[in-house]
Amino acid sequence: MSKELIRLANCTMAFDDEVVLDNIDLSIRDKEFLTLLGPSGCGKTTTLRIIGGFQTPTSGDLLFDGVRINAVPPYKRTINTVFQKYALFPHLNVYENIAFGLRIPKTDEKGKKLKLTEEEIDQRVTEMLEVVNLRGFEKRHISQLSGGQQQRVAIARALVNRPKVLLLDEPLGALDLKLRKDMQNELKRIQQAMEITFVYVTHDQEEALAMSDTVVVMDKGKIQQIGSPEDIYNEPKNAFVADFIGESNIIDGIMRADGVVEIFNRRFQCLDGGFAPDEAVDVVIRPEDVDIVPVDQGQLKGTVTNVTFKGMQYDIIVDFYGFKWLIQTTDLSPVGSLIGIKIDPDGIHVMKKSEYSGMFGDYSSYSEEYEEISDATFDPEDADQEGGDEE
Amino acid sequence: MKSKRSLLATPYVIWMALFTVIPILMMVVYAFTQEIVVDAETGEKAVRFTLNNFAQMGAYTVVFLRSFKLALVSTAVCLLIGYPVAYLMAKEGPQFQKIAMALIMLPMWMNFLLRTYAWMSILENTGLLNRLFKAIGLIDLVNHIMGTNLQFFPMINTQGAVVLGMVYNYLPFMILPIYSVIVKLDNSLLEAAQDLGAGSSRVFRKIILPLSLPGVLSGITMVFVPAVSTFAISRLLGGNNLMLLGNLIEMQFVGTAYNPHLGSAISLVMMVVVVICMAVMNRFGEGEEQAVIL
Repeated sequence: MSKELIRLANCTMAFDDEVVLDNIDLSIRDKEFLTLLGPSGCGKTTTLRIIGGFQTPTSGDLLFDGVRINAVPPYKRTINTVFQKYALFPHLNVYENIAFGLRIPKTDEKGKKLKLTEEEIDQRVTEMLEVVNLRGFEKRHISQLSGGQQQRVAIARALVNRPKVLLLDEPLGALDLKLRKDMQNELKRIQQAMEITFVYVTHDQEEALAMSDTVVVMDKGKIQQIGSPEDIYNEPKNAFVADFIGESNIIDGIMRADGVVEIFNRRFQCLDGGFAPDEAVDVVIRPEDVDIVPVDQGQLKGTVTNVTFKGMQYDIIVDFYGFKWLIQTTDLSPVGSLIGIKIDPDGIHVMKKSEYSGMFGDYSSYSEEYEEISDATFDPEDADQEGGDEE
Repeated sequence: MKSKRSLLATPYVIWMALFTVIPILMMVVYAFTQEIVVDAETGEKAVRFTLNNFAQMGAYTVVFLRSFKLALVSTAVCLLIGYPVAYLMAKEGPQFQKIAMALIMLPMWMNFLLRTYAWMSILENTGLLNRLFKAIGLIDLVNHIMGTNLQFFPMINTQGAVVLGMVYNYLPFMILPIYSVIVKLDNSLLEAAQDLGAGSSRVFRKIILPLSLPGVLSGITMVFVPAVSTFAISRLLGGNNLMLLGNLIEMQFVGTAYNPHLGSAISLVMMVVVVICMAVMNRFGEGEEQAVIL
């Protein structure tokens, strides 16, 4: 595990009376790919802007390599940013955009001015164009580039300065799906090849899981959970995280003993423990962890109320005693049929009650949404990701 | 669909033809013709093609040069004052913007002649300023130091007074276009420049200044063109000795030297020179025009 490079210690950010960041504690390690993930208004962009130096926290410290840099202006930080809408300079061509940072004389530790020669600049710009696959575009005007190309110029312009940290503010937000996937791989490749710390802001949970070493889930100015993508998905800390990352059925349960949780008055084996006896808990069951079995063998019995064909699987909504679950299955169970289900102990995840309890994880309204889908204008992808809209 | 739309433009086309194209054509015709007596006995006159009007113009070279010089100086002064004002306005809060905008627009709601007359009474030999200077003893002090014997500072009827009048009247036309370009600059561009290591002076030189050039160019056009052809300011603040192109042209149409053919020729030459100036400038700013569209 590499050493800590950036630390936000008890950082609070308030505009007038509105608290945007509430006492954030975050440690970013050298050379890691860390993603700040959350819905719009969760404080992720503010966190990024604090690290970049565009905002100073109302209280708390920002440490870089152990040194407090709260008051250091952006142009003196060895941190570069890829802005949300790229912010390329429209009056300069591709080459000059990338060379912008290199043409600025730097002062070294001894106070000596360092200025790159034209050959050095040319060499580094050319090298960077190679990295982002834009050779031959040097003389192009910014307005002549596609969104994906502009994106790559923005990345090159930031990386050419060889920063210790690269900040990326929803850099793929404006690209179409196919290009997004390509750029995700591209970014990950660049990050590994250049061994630079990436701090990445997104509201797209899939993107966060696919690219990151560490995911920081944020909501309402607070960090909800920090962990590896696997941890975040498999061991969500509360109902918000469980719902925001992937699909979840979240049910009220009671912890009867270590490894035994009661749902709908039936006891299930699970792997969690350490709760008080008979403590009320939230239980997360992922739609893909539910096995459909013949009715007489099922731990629970329910009626299928809705079926949606998703290509790889069917999304079916099943009514258990008035509470509707989403289950993903490859076998078709027609609407109206009675089915039984089984859940393995490792498919059940128990969480402590939180302020988010009861807000998420219920698919009761799903069938109504389905009615809307048939109007064709309604995109189910959007409906699934609550609060995941563009900022 | 298309024909319907172009139908809507008809009134404008007619308007343009009546009040822009035809007058310019008339001006060209006048400039290249002359009315001469063809029959000495009957006094019959005829209009003939000639280049004589242009040949005559050599006598007015001084007026041409003076006009362009004063217009250039006022444009430069307007730019020097106007750019910082526009920049500050764009960067300060909305409160400051509102007040500054009101202060800039307010004088424009007053009659142009009235404003210029007001400057006349301020700058006159026995005007406000000279009385003030006398009262505080400034004139005596200067006389004492320089060994002169002035009763007043000569301010009215000087080139300086004309430039002052031009700057005062046309300054808003410099400020407003520059302001509107700077205020629309994307803040993330400035942040990006800072992020890449640029301090505030470099951000200004490399980003704000080049991106605000389109505003500067239209400001220059909007000040220079009226300044080069004004006749009211030069008449009121420049007196009889400081004739400008505007006065010269005016004289050919309503003055004692009535000669609309010569007047048209002068107007035509002035127009051509101005158009050439603007074309050169726009060419210079072509790269930046694209930036604004972005």
